[in-house]
Parts: sequence; C-alpha cells; structure tokens
Amino acid sequence: MENKKKLLINVVIAIVVYAAVMILLNSGLLNRQMRSLITPICTNVMLAVSLCLIVGFLGELTLGHAGFMSLGAYTGALLSLNLPFPPYVSLFIAIIAGGCVAAVAGAIIGIPVLRLRGDYLAIVTLGFGEIIRSVINALDITGGARGLSGIERLTNYNHFTLVFVLTLIVIVVVSNLINSRHGRAICAIRDNYIAAEACGIPVSRFKIMAFIISAFLAGIAGVVYAHNIGILKPANFDYNTSIEILVMVVLGGMGSIKGSIIAAVILTALPELLRGAADYRMLIYSIVLIAMMLFRNSNFNAALIEKKNLKAMQKLQKEGK
Amino acid sequence: MSLLNSILEQLINGLRTGSIYALIAIGYTMVYGIAKMINFAHGDIIMVGAYALYVYSSILKLPLVAAIILTVVTCSVLGIITEKIAYKPLRNAPSLAVLITAIGMSFLLQNVALLIFKATPIPFASVVNVSGIRLGSLYLSGTTLVTLGVTVIAMVALTLFVNKTKAGRAMRAVSEDRGAAELMGISVNATISLTFAIGSGLAAVAGILYISQYETLMPTLGALPGIKAFVAAVLGGIGSIPGAMFGGIILGIIESLSKAYISTQLSDAIVYGVLVVVLLVKPSGLLGKLKIEKV
Amino acid sequence: MKKFGKFMVSAVAATLVVSSLTGCGSKEDETEAPTETSAETDDASVETNEEETTTSGETAEFLIGGTGPLTGPNASYGTSVKQGAEIAIQEINNAGGVTVGDTTYTLALAFEDDEATEDKAIQAYNTLMDQGIQVLMGGTTSGATIAITDLTAEDGILQITPSGSAPECIQYDNAFRICFSDPEQGTAMADYAVDVLGYTKVAVIYDNASDYSAGIAEAFEEEIAAKGGEVVASESFTTGDTDFNTQLTKIKGTDAEVIFIPAYYQDVTYITKQASDMGMELPFIGSDGWDGVLATVSDPATVEGAIFASPFCAAVDDPNVVAFVEAYEAAYSATPDQFAADAYDAIYTIKAAMEQAGSTESEDLIAAMTEITVNGLTGESITFSAEGAPNKEIKYVEIKDGQYQYVEE
Repeated sequence: MENKKKLLINVVIAIVVYAAVMILLNSGLLNRQMRSLITPICTNVMLAVSLCLIVGFLGELTLGHAGFMSLGAYTGALLSLNLPFPPYVSLFIAIIAGGCVAAVAGAIIGIPVLRLRGDYLAIVTLGFGEIIRSVINALDITGGARGLSGIERLTNYNHFTLVFVLTLIVIVVVSNLINSRHGRAICAIRDNYIAAEACGIPVSRFKIMAFIISAFLAGIAGVVYAHNIGILKPANFDYNTSIEILVMVVLGGMGSIKGSIIAAVILTALPELLRGAADYRMLIYSIVLIAMMLFRNSNFNAALIEKKNLKAMQKLQKEGK
Repeated sequence: MSLLNSILEQLINGLRTGSIYALIAIGYTMVYGIAKMINFAHGDIIMVGAYALYVYSSILKLPLVAAIILTVVTCSVLGIITEKIAYKPLRNAPSLAVLITAIGMSFLLQNVALLIFKATPIPFASVVNVSGIRLGSLYLSGTTLVTLGVTVIAMVALTLFVNKTKAGRAMRAVSEDRGAAELMGISVNATISLTFAIGSGLAAVAGILYISQYETLMPTLGALPGIKAFVAAVLGGIGSIPGAMFGGIILGIIESLSKAYISTQLSDAIVYGVLVVVLLVKPSGLLGKLKIEKV
Repeated sequence: MKKFGKFMVSAVAATLVVSSLTGCGSKEDETEAPTETSAETDDASVETNEEETTTSGETAEFLIGGTGPLTGPNASYGTSVKQGAEIAIQEINNAGGVTVGDTTYTLALAFEDDEATEDKAIQAYNTLMDQGIQVLMGGTTSGATIAITDLTAEDGILQITPSGSAPECIQYDNAFRICFSDPEQGTAMADYAVDVLGYTKVAVIYDNASDYSAGIAEAFEEEIAAKGGEVVASESFTTGDTDFNTQLTKIKGTDAEVIFIPAYYQDVTYITKQASDMGMELPFIGSDGWDGVLATVSDPATVEGAIFASPFCAAVDDPNVVAFVEAYEAAYSATPDQFAADAYDAIYTIKAAMEQAGSTESEDLIAAMTEITVNGLTGESITFSAEGAPNKEIKYVEIKDGQYQYVEE
C-alpha cells in the first residue's frame, strides 16, 4: 500500500517536472542561458546517479567515470556520423552501442576492483580514465586533438522529451536495482564485505556487475552529451571531469540517489548563476563548494536531521498505535 | 650517438622530473599517512610556494635565504590554516567528504592566485646557482642535483623524525589509532597540525625547486605535478616515505623512457598502464605495507 | 521504490531550482553594469532605428559579445582577447563612436568566460544572447569556437573569431576569422623553412592535445615532404607538460638542422630553455603562438635567432602598433600578445562592417564583410573572402639581440 502510494506520487512528480519544463520552454519564459542548461543538467544527473551506484552503494571510490563517458560519447558520435540511417534511428543505435562499449570497459576496469580497495582503487581508475583519454587522443578515427565535430544536435533542448525519458530510465534502473535483492547485496558489500562474503554473497560478481551497469549508464550519458555539444575533444574527459561528477555524488550524500540528483542540478547551474560575479565566479564557486561540504557535516545539520528523524519516529509510533 | 649513451641521457632526464615528483610525493604521502586524507590541494600549495618566493625575492627584494625561509613559513602557516578551516571540521565525516573539500581548496587557491597574479605567465630566473656535472655528452644540471639532494635529505630527515623523535612517535600513534592516541595523552589536533605544517613546508621547498627547474610561474602550475606526485606516492606505497621517493623517481624514469623509445603520444597511457600493472601485482604499492583487514 | 520517491521529491526541487534560475537570470542582467545598459539600449536602438527617418544625430549603444577563457589553464588567451577588444572599443568611443546613417553608436563589450571548453562556450554564448548582443567577437580557442558556430549560424548573427584557427571555425557564411588558419600557417612555415631558409631536415615538437598545435604540425609535415625535405623527428607532448628533455634528447640524436615548434609561448619558453641547458645549438622556427615569448623567458638568449610567423609584433615601430601597445600597457600593465591584437582588429573590422553596411543588422553586416578593407595591427589592408578567411600577408619575425624584428626579405 505504502509503496503504491509512493509510486503514484513519483509518477505525478515526474509528470509535473516534465510539464513544468515543457511549459517554460514553449512559453519562452526561459532565457537562452537556462534553456541551454537543460541537457547538461540531465547529462550530469545521469552521470551522478550512475556513479552513485559505485561510490554510494558499492562503496568504492573511482576517479575514472569520465573515461566511461568518453567511450560512450565517441562511440555514439562515430556511429551517428557514419550510419546511413535516419538521424533518430542512428541516435537510438548510438545510445545502445555507446552504453555497450562503455560497459565492456566497465567490465575490464571492474576486474582490478577485486584486488584493490580504497585509494589504490581510486588511483587505478584514475589511471584507466587517463589511458582511455590518451588513446582517444592518439587515434586517427577519433580525430585526435582536433576531435570530432559536426555531430547533429539531437539531444539539445529541442529534444527535451527524449533527454528527460533517458534520464528517467537511468534513475529508474539504478533505484530499482538498489531496491532489489542484488542491490541489497551490493549495499551489504559496502557495509562490510567480509561479513557479506561470509553470508554467501558472491562479492566479486556483484562488484563487477555494479561497474558494468554504472559504466553502461555513463556511456549513455556520454552519447547524450555528444549530441548536445556537437563537438567532442579528448581534453574534456580528463580526471577533472571525473572529479566534478564525484563531487556531485559526495555532496549529495553518498548513497542517496535523491541527493545526487539535487547536487547535480545545483552544481551544474551554479557556475552559470555566478556569471554576474565576473572575475570572482570560480572563486565563489570553490568557496560555496567548501561551505556546502562543511555544512553537510556540521553539528547544525546533524541536529536538523536528528529533529527530522525524531518527527518521523513519532509519527510512526502514532501510526503504530 | 650510441644507444647506451642515449639510454643514459634519457635516464638522467627521468631523474630530473622524477626528483621533483619524489619531493612532492613525500609531502603527499606524509599527510596521507598521518591525517588519512588525500590532500588534493597539495599541488596548489606548491604553486603558492612558487609565487611566494617570487613575491619575497623579486618584488620585496629580500635576500635569498630570508626569502626561502619566509616562503616555507608562509606555506606551513597556509597548510595549518587550511587544515583548521576546511579539514578539521570533517574529521569524523566520511573520508570522501574531506577529499571534496580538498578539491574545493585546490580550486580556491588557484583562483585566488589567478585574481592576484593574473593569467599571464611570469618568468622567474632560477635561484639555484650550482653548476652541473658534465660527463662526456652526459649533463646533470645543478638544479637536478640540488633537487635530488634535497629529496634525499628530506626523505632521511623525515624518516628519522617519524621514527626517532617524540613528536614523530605521536604522529605514528595518531596514524595507528586516533582514539587510543588521544587516550594516551597525545594531542591529536596539534599532531595533525604539525603534519600539515611539515607537509606544506615540503611543498614550499618543492615549489621553489620546481620553478628553479622550469622558470615560469602560472596559477595552474601545481596541478599536473600534484597529480603525478599522487600517482608516484601510490606507486611507491602510499604512507611510506621511502616509497614516495622511490615511486617518484621510477615514475619520472618510466615517463622519460616511454617517451623516448615507445611513443610520445602514448606516454601517459604507458605510465598509467605500468601503475595499473604494479598495483595488480602488488596491491599496496612497491614499498607499502599490506594491511590485513579484520572483521 | 522508496528511493524512487526520493528522486521525485528531488525532481521537484530541481524544477524549483530551474524555475528560480530563470528569475535569477534576469536579475543578473541588472547586476552587471555593462549588461544593464546594453539591455536597455538594445530596445533603444531598435527604437532609434525606427525613428531614424525623422530625427538625426541620435546616439545609441551597439553591444558586442565576446567569449573566451578567463579562468582555468587557458585563462591568459581569453584575458588578452578581452583586453585587446576593450582597448579598441575605448579608442573608437573616444573618437566619437561609429556613425551609421544618422545614428552614432558607442560600442560596448559583454564578455563571458568559456573556460576554453565546448559546453561552457555554448552557455557563454547563450548568456550573451540573453544580454542582447548584436554581433559576436569569439570564441577565442578553436574547439569552443566550433561549438558555437552552429548556434550563431542558426541565429544569423555576425561572428568574428579573433583567434579560432581551425578550418571548421568559419564553416558557416556568418563566421569570419582574423587570424590565419592552422593549415595555412603550417604550409607557409614549411615553404619558408625550405625555400627561404634552405633547411631540408627538420624536427618538429608539437602539442598533441591542442588542435592548434597538432593542426599546424600536420600541415607543416605534409608540406615539408611535398617540398622534398625530410621530417627527421616528430615529437609530441601534452598540454601542461613542462619537461621536454626527453623529446629534445631524441632530436639531438638525429641530424635535424632546425626545430619547428608550433605552440604557444609558455611551452616554447620551457622547450627553448631546456634545449639551451642541454647545450643544443639548433635554430628554432615557430608559429604565431610564439608571440609574447620574450616576456616569459628568463633569459632572452635561449630564443635568440628564432624565426616565427606572426601577423603581429609588439615591438614594431608602426605608429598604430606603438599606440596600441602604449594604451594596453597603461591600462593593464602587460605587453599585448597576438590574441589582444587579433581582438583589436576584430573590433575595427566590426566597425568597418557597420559603416560599410550602413546598418547594425547582422544580415547586412555579413554582406558587408566581403566589401571592407581593414588596416589593422595584424595586417595592412585585410580583406575577407566569402568563406570567412582573411587575406593578409604572413610576416616573419626574428628575435635579434633580445628584440622582435620583422625579417627583411
């Protein structure tokens, strides 16, 4: 009963969000700056949610998410540039293929995960990300440093419905996974992998699975990114991009899809909102970042959460009676 | 030119970059070992050190020794302040949270430098006036020699400090178990502050040697050596001071040899590839201690 | 399903943020001084256009947009472009503005940071369009420029990029360029190296992560081969690298007669310094990115004798250049580089187009572009082809006695 009610609320909210953005778009209330932010926000939401699966739920730190994204982006862009089909058919194939190529890379990168933990794993994934970037930079088919340009903009704000649906799919996949048996196993590995192993959870299999799914979704985000910007350059997929995505996940509170989404929206929009500050833009951005992190972990915030939990508890108790 | 000669020359080139990586990595690994956090802002402290030296010696025209001392002091103080403001409140938060504030700190330092010193690179003549050694066609520059010397001294001094002194013992205790250390009467805050002061002081020295080597100041100059040094520290086994030195030099040499004999295009990929292989074979780095986790 | 519910809550929050952003967006316009006036004058200029027939001697403001990196590793390029453009605008305004028909326009610049990345460039351009820019002077780097060409073409706005040198930067009819293109420069340098300087064996060091550097290097190597020369070493590095000893050692082991470095002055500073430390005595030739190198080398002897293609040279005693350099140094206490000069010329090109077209509509301005001749800092009597490329002579600068000098033919 509870679940059904929640599902209903979710569906309603999704429709409201969609309708609100559509109205804003079509009525011309949205200025151009904000209009062009829509797809980047969706892309970043997809990236953050997919990374949340590894960082938040599996509990492993990775710094190579941009690598998955770039594989998806390049595969997708190459396909839609070269396939003879109508644009949307090509785009569909590009999305699937982009995800798959990234997923294969995810499987390859997932293997060291079995042996490494913590910061060592972080640096290995960073290394993988950089390897992917420098290989893309060295190849001819990807255009080297000059990159790929002339990609048809099939996912810009004019195609909001498509982008919104893709974003929803990513979120639903991750949230359903987390709430399934597999998801609980993944969370158990995060909380205590030795205990999880002792309970008969095949730790290796689940770790690799999480990496593959996360990479697949990041690949899709990459395809959307490519078809929004219209030009791809290897330099845009360096470790700084991975770190940006990681910041979203951590700021959103690891292990919270909702948090990742909100953080992705805020952090994508923030630098744009700060344009008025001109020279001080990035300075303010960094200060806000530190301040938000400090606030999240401050006593004040802890007290707020406590209060909220207390209320929920009281409500539960009442209902129990 | 004979092959042997060229290999030797490339090894020296590797040593040149490697010695800088090593010096930075020592600071990285020290902070990591004791405070248990990856200080992403470490590279930017190097940048601050470089600019501080420029301000003291070129603008304020202080004598070199005074300028160097002031630079080290500036960075140490900056290290302590950043720790107090940005890292200390998060001591009980997940380690990733601290990582993110460190990244924020890195942005902050870069952008402050950008506002103060502008984006145009500033030339800065080397402060190291040591003549190099020439052996036939091989040449080891004075700056490289000094960097190597400083790195070895820093490594030995730090190892001795951590192992032999009381403060060092306190550091190891804090690293081992913060709660227990506190109960034993060690001030955890003071110890961590000291760690940051030393780590940042080392970063200042690295900054001084870095611009002596490359002679150009830019707000982003710390980012790339910072990340390379981080890789070096992990390669050597993070937390291990000799490991950091070793990792730094190995990294420099691999970089140089792969550029020279395989491909300049793919050298980054090769460097990281080696890193991945090393960590797969030896998951705790070359000289790191493997911690067995207990339930 | 609980998590999904949370998502939905957040989705609402997201919309709230988004919708509040639209509010903020307009508020922002008011906080930024030049923008404020521009938004108003935008309307005003429309009005004046209508009233032109009845009143004379109207004044209005013409808003030029600019994009380029002001933060991040490439910040110096965008900063130069912005400052160079500001000098030109101030000069024009002090001299009474631009007279189009009966209206006198004062120029204004709105400049947005694109961090030299493609996605930020799109944001920056759209922000400028919100502010009501009438023409675009941008972007500064090639990738960012290419990313916005689609949009400017769609909007039909005149786009003049001061320094976007990749061929695709001007792929649409509305886009023009002030600088040379990468292949043009590479080919010209190769011809010069073989035909004039008489080298046959060359080594190249280029930045494989930069489209500018890789683009020039590619064209250069092709042309050298076509001329019967030989590229004995082609070494690359990655943007941000500071150590070039390995590449230089490799070149030392070849019989190269000259080293070609198509790169920006920061990289050149490192390479030449390290080459001189190694005791290498090979001469250098370079691309227009070299301009400004004397300000960043700690010892000018390391670049002594180097020759590079440059449309602009701050040390020439041309009266226009001297005036520009003086104004720039007075305003920003820095020596202008070619980015600044390109931007300066871009603004004068816009002025010329306005006067030629007798209109401020982009459509007329674009049509006028092929009819104008601009006497700029980066070339005398520059004209533009319909493709958007400038016709100007490539000049070669030699560093002699620690000074830039044009090579005498």
